[in-house]
Amino acid sequence: MGLVASGKAPKPLTKLLNLGRKYSLWMYQWGLACCAIEMGAVIGSPRYDVMRLGVIPFPASPRQADLVVISGTVTDKMVPSILRLYQQMPDPKYVISMGSCANCGGPYWDSYSVTKGVDQIIPVDVYVPGCPPRPEALLEGILLLQERIGNEDPALRWRGDPIVVD
Amino acid sequence: MTAVGADQRQQLAYVATQAADARLNVEIETEGMTLNIGPQHPATHGTLRLVARLDGEQVVEAEPIMGYMHRGYEKLTEVRTYPQVTTLINRIDWLGSFANEVPFILAAEKLMEVEAPPRAQWIRTALFELSRIANITLFLGDMAVQLGALTPVFMAFRDREFVLNQIEAVTGGRFHPNFDRIGGLKDDLPKGWINDTKQAMEKIRDFCDEFEELVLGNEIFQARSRGIGIVPAAVGLSYGLSGANIRASGVDWDLRRDGHEALAYNHLDWRVWTHPEGDSFARYWVRLQETREATHMVEQLLDGLPSGPIMAKVPRIIKVPAGEAYAATENPLGKMGYYIVSKGDLVPFRVKIRSASFSNISITPWLLKGVYVPDIITILASLYFILGDIDR
Repeated sequence: MGLVASGKAPKPLTKLLNLGRKYSLWMYQWGLACCAIEMGAVIGSPRYDVMRLGVIPFPASPRQADLVVISGTVTDKMVPSILRLYQQMPDPKYVISMGSCANCGGPYWDSYSVTKGVDQIIPVDVYVPGCPPRPEALLEGILLLQERIGNEDPALRWRGDPIVVD
Repeated sequence: MTAVGADQRQQLAYVATQAADARLNVEIETEGMTLNIGPQHPATHGTLRLVARLDGEQVVEAEPIMGYMHRGYEKLTEVRTYPQVTTLINRIDWLGSFANEVPFILAAEKLMEVEAPPRAQWIRTALFELSRIANITLFLGDMAVQLGALTPVFMAFRDREFVLNQIEAVTGGRFHPNFDRIGGLKDDLPKGWINDTKQAMEKIRDFCDEFEELVLGNEIFQARSRGIGIVPAAVGLSYGLSGANIRASGVDWDLRRDGHEALAYNHLDWRVWTHPEGDSFARYWVRLQETREATHMVEQLLDGLPSGPIMAKVPRIIKVPAGEAYAATENPLGKMGYYIVSKGDLVPFRVKIRSASFSNISITPWLLKGVYVPDIITILASLYFILGDIDR
């Protein structure tokens, strides 16, 4: 991907590439608390069914994933695992923070053991508000992310850094 | 081919006989292995981490490591007013949220010496049973998916929506209703809700009938769950198991019948299901029967709903008089109790939460000793815990 990484890819090619990327997102689900059930409804329930948006759940490992959904309360004990998960994912990678807890601490804003927002440790692309968000809200978040992927310049995302896991 | 000298040939022959001797005389030895499951694993319902030391395929020792979902409920309740506490404790057992509020409200009502009017108690009981159905239907699909059957979980998510819709129609929240108040309920039932709920209950009964054949009648499911993870009644009681886990071991104990809380269970015609075997299959069977029983209970509650107010007289600003009170109910996961100590303030002085999953999971080191690796998943799934309920 030397052409893309250097930013010299012609525009139509970039558009085509983005089209492919946005409709084949491998979604790794990091279900932590209540939101995990609503995420489960998005994945497992015939009523919501995320696969019709071109999102493929259950990759075998974060090393095969494009997108991770952090859904639920992030506690301080959990932080090293999430950091490691993010480092294992290959670029370009996207993060959806689902629910108030992952956004900012939510109802546990004054708790001694809860991390107030997953964006303190990893960069977040889309925040889905709610406690827990309805499944439709997560679908909306995924649509927003797809819109963003469709319009972005892949060179900015394709840093090409090797995967470093400490 | 290069020529091999006589001394070299002799040496090779010696090595060959030594190797043959070793193959014959030495028993097959396996090296110990530590298997770490979690802290985030699809088969552990959330963030339980399990460290198992294995000898071949057998578990020598297994230890659950908790705390990945510890959110500090008991400390946070000390800085929340009583109405705010219900918002918080909804999220302990996130599948049956309404059931978490009830014991806390009952304990607070004891301290304030108010009692909810009969209509509020009946609606409270109906919502309690609805949240039990919402909780256990997901277990019924989830345990099957962990044993390799993917279809049931889709069905569980599909039919669970009918119950969630009914809870949402009353309370405004799919998951976290925050509907219970000290002295009654926030609102009355909406118009047409009773008929809709009865239809939903019929759908849930169909779901239970379907699962009785699809999952319980399945040969693979039976082979993987019968005789796996047997809990004798005495051991279960000594570990503090409650709910369907202990009823599957033949102990006829249900706080809905045996408790003394102000709920409407005494007016209903229902039975407590038990199973003598105590294995994983029995735990699934008991929960399935309880779900069906709960649909009948909801229908009876809606048929006999008394009229009247839904809120007793309580002051606008709730100050709970000094004292101590305890209330426990039979939640979807087991016995859940709140011990409130009040100093007469707007906020509780101390709240001790007795949640079911914490005791239910404490039996795993005993239960997992000597089982095979695939049975770990069966046992953990059938014990049915929710991480928010363990770590709080």
